Amino acid sequence: MARTRPEPVHIVKERRDRTLAALVQGVPYISTMGISFDRRGDELTAVLNYSDMLIGNPLLPALHGGATASFLEVAAIIELGFHILWDEIENGRLSTENLTPETLPRMPKTIDFTVDYLRTGLPRDAYARARVNRFGRRYASVHVEAWQDNRQKLFAQATGHFLMPERP
Amino acid sequence: MADNTNTDAQAAAAARNARQFIEAIPFSKALQMRLDEVGDGLAVISMPYSPALVGDPVTGVIHGGAVSALMDTCSGAAVMSHPQALSVTATLDLRIDYMRPATPGERITARAHCYHVTRSVAFIRAEAFDADEARPVAAATGAFTVARKA
Repeated sequence: MARTRPEPVHIVKERRDRTLAALVQGVPYISTMGISFDRRGDELTAVLNYSDMLIGNPLLPALHGGATASFLEVAAIIELGFHILWDEIENGRLSTENLTPETLPRMPKTIDFTVDYLRTGLPRDAYARARVNRFGRRYASVHVEAWQDNRQKLFAQATGHFLMPERP
Repeated sequence: MADNTNTDAQAAAAARNARQFIEAIPFSKALQMRLDEVGDGLAVISMPYSPALVGDPVTGVIHGGAVSALMDTCSGAAVMSHPQALSVTATLDLRIDYMRPATPGERITARAHCYHVTRSVAFIRAEAFDADEARPVAAATGAFTVARKA
């Protein structure tokens, strides 16, 4: 009869932010790279915060191809991990109360990753959004696009295949 | 004979320049990469295990992205060391296959071979190993831009 009232906004936000934090904060390489995440609902934007360490060609200067590859791979894995956790958390199957990097469910493993370099990476912040194109029981396929000044002008894109964790 | 000695000296000088160049790249330096061998389209670059590179805090395994960065650097070095290429290159495309997790604590070594160069593109193959040299951790294929010697 009576419809359940929607949860208060701060409860919803805190639960989702805590889930993202558990995914991201436990990974040393993400902080080494200076990568952070913005969340709007279930949409994530990865941010590669510029530092001089990321340079690969000091003469231009340009971002290192390896730094760009790392950024895209981090963006893809976190998107997939968040996708996996989202349903569990929103359906209440998984509580965020004690969710820490140590208590997270097992995450997918990268099988392969192909990076397409479209333009020189400039010495400034970069952004990336990933899309899960296939979410199967065993395999997932994720595409990721990265840009700097202009969302329409990608400087790199990538596709990766991932092995999904065994489900109990 | 004299010519040979001269060529050897030139090759040694080129290798020394390549080493200084690679080790001066900020990102390679940050990941403590070391150029072990270079010349004639072949390059070997290694990187020590570091807690800063960990991708899975539970197992301590290095993040795939760090292995990609090593492969990219090593591939670029292989291209630059090719006799027909100039020492300027940029990655066009790089595909990495991850065969197994690298053993935590062990140094990772990448070997790249620039096996073909056209007027504008260099093609590479690369593999990465930890202490177990019989089982690669990852393999890569890629295409790089080339400025060819006149």
